[in-house]
Amino acid sequence: MQPILKFLSAKFAWILLAAFIAFIVAEGGVGVLIKDWRFAVELAVDGVLTGLMYSLIAVGFVLIYKSTDAINFAQGEFVMIAAIVVAGCLDWFGLPLWLSILVGFGFMVVFGMTLERFVLRPMIGMNIVAIIMATIGLAFFLRGAGPLIFGAAPSTINLPIPDSPIVWGLLYLTPIKLLGAAVSILFLAGFGWFFLKTRKGVAMRAVADSHQVSMAMGINVERYFAVAWVTAGVVALLGGLAWGNMIGVDTQLALVGLKVFPVVILGGLDSIIGVIVGGIVVGLVEALTAGFVDPYVGGGMKDFAPYVLMVIMLMIRPYGIFGRRLIERI
Amino acid sequence: MLRLNNIEVMYNNVILVLKGVSINIEEGKITTILGANGAGKTTTLKAISGVLRSERGEVTHGTIELAGERIDRMMGHDIVRKGVVQVFEGRRVFANLTCAENLIAGAHVEPSSAAMRQRMDMVFEYFPRIAERRHGRAGYLSGGEQQMLAIGRSLMSNPKVILLDEPSLGLAPLIIEEIFTIISRLNKEQGVTIGLVEQNANLALRISDFAYVMENGSIMMEGPAAQLLDNADIKEFYLGISEHGERKNYRDVKSYRRRKRWLS
Ligand SMILES: Nc1ncnc2c1ncn2[C@@H]1O[C@H](COP(=O)(O)OP(=O)(O)OP(=O)(O)O)[C@@H](O)[C@H]1O
Ligand SMILES: [Mg+2]
Repeated sequence: MQPILKFLSAKFAWILLAAFIAFIVAEGGVGVLIKDWRFAVELAVDGVLTGLMYSLIAVGFVLIYKSTDAINFAQGEFVMIAAIVVAGCLDWFGLPLWLSILVGFGFMVVFGMTLERFVLRPMIGMNIVAIIMATIGLAFFLRGAGPLIFGAAPSTINLPIPDSPIVWGLLYLTPIKLLGAAVSILFLAGFGWFFLKTRKGVAMRAVADSHQVSMAMGINVERYFAVAWVTAGVVALLGGLAWGNMIGVDTQLALVGLKVFPVVILGGLDSIIGVIVGGIVVGLVEALTAGFVDPYVGGGMKDFAPYVLMVIMLMIRPYGIFGRRLIERI
Repeated sequence: MLRLNNIEVMYNNVILVLKGVSINIEEGKITTILGANGAGKTTTLKAISGVLRSERGEVTHGTIELAGERIDRMMGHDIVRKGVVQVFEGRRVFANLTCAENLIAGAHVEPSSAAMRQRMDMVFEYFPRIAERRHGRAGYLSGGEQQMLAIGRSLMSNPKVILLDEPSLGLAPLIIEEIFTIISRLNKEQGVTIGLVEQNANLALRISDFAYVMENGSIMMEGPAAQLLDNADIKEFYLGISEHGERKNYRDVKSYRRRKRWLS
């Protein structure tokens, strides 16, 4: 009985997912019929690029989860803070761009280290819920403190990247999105290699598996924690530059962090490949919904479609497409 | 080699679990700590390996010395570098890593990759079953295989002392026999000093040189393993043999009183 039920519920899961995919395809199909297919392709390409830029934000989250087993609800705020620092250097101090980015880099390194040392390290051994609450508190603190210190006026980071789209065959590609997506893939590939192929990467995964046992293997757990938080901070700087350039720098920027959740739930909380695929799926769903559904329903569906997908995913495959299944045998 | 001098351990600054424990683990020997559930055996091993802090525990009194050097104030990861490694109760393999990756993580203190591979080959020789499953996820191994992996992983740091916490826990008699044979071989062939915590007193005493009996956070009895194997109380409480069969006599009653005191 049990196995049959399991089988059925697994099937049900796939039916739901297939229905959703059919919905997306239908979106595209209808779009092709009533608009033109070039529009559909363009939306899809734009969606994929945007999605990869979501991956760039989500990877910081995954890094922290993979190595410290903590869920960082403040990843979007990291992005915001990094962008605010860079924008502040540009606007207030009139520093050149490269120097501003360097200051932002230094700031995020110190920021990650401080956070690990004074907030997360004392919490080692505490309940995971306590750590989650701490990061939620941190998120709200940063959202308040960022504008307080650096001013609330919206600003932008102008990267020396042309705004006019690159025309490639039938496609119009936004340069900043291309660059963002390329940086994203580069970093994700780098992290994937690190975790799978290097001894330090293996140690980091061991730390995530069990702090105590890793310590007993001679692994300096606290140092790995610090490395994880600093890396998450630095990756947030990249996200902040790309997104800050695109949508401007103010507290709203932190909201891109919310996209992290559908991305990582779809791809799997601890999977680097999952971050890429999850990002692409979320970007696609968003772009197609924005292009083909929103005009008829008066807009707004674009923003919650990825979350619908996320909820379906949670029902059928809580560990995501590529995430590890929790092994329950002892 | 490893000497605990009158140590006290407290959890959360209030729960006193070890109340003055002195233990000497001699170089090249196998030393066993026996004791009922909750006696403080695991806490003793964790105090040595320095991982108490991650459970909000602390050595509040006494000293732990490794070859004359105090290690009770050291961090767990530095103690491994000194050559003491603990194999935890319940195996605790890295479930999401492959067997080979578990061993790689175990060799963290070994900077040379070539030396690491050599040690890995040695582990595979002792545990051919792990060699066969080296690319499989550790979480899917059987209990016995996980115990082998846990022991193999501890060997990767090239330890002088291995602390084994109940390696027989939840395993079938045949596997237990196999694991104890390997422990004994490691001690003889590799010269590793072994500190063993066990409930399975019979087996443990048979491969050990010296033994301690712990009760309620203190040492109640100590002596050469062979001597403890002969001791009437040990026989009754751990080996399940009573001297006069089922017949109730004065001796049994006396032992029963003693047992009650033991377990209180
Ligand atoms: N992290 C902890 N915090 C508080 N108390 C603890 C902690 N760990 C162990 N204890 C307590 O310390 C006492 C000794 O525990 P310990 O695990 O050392 O016993 P043990 O001899 O290994 O028992 P067993 O044979 O069941 O493994 C127990 O009463 C236990 O409740
Ligand atoms: Mg124990």
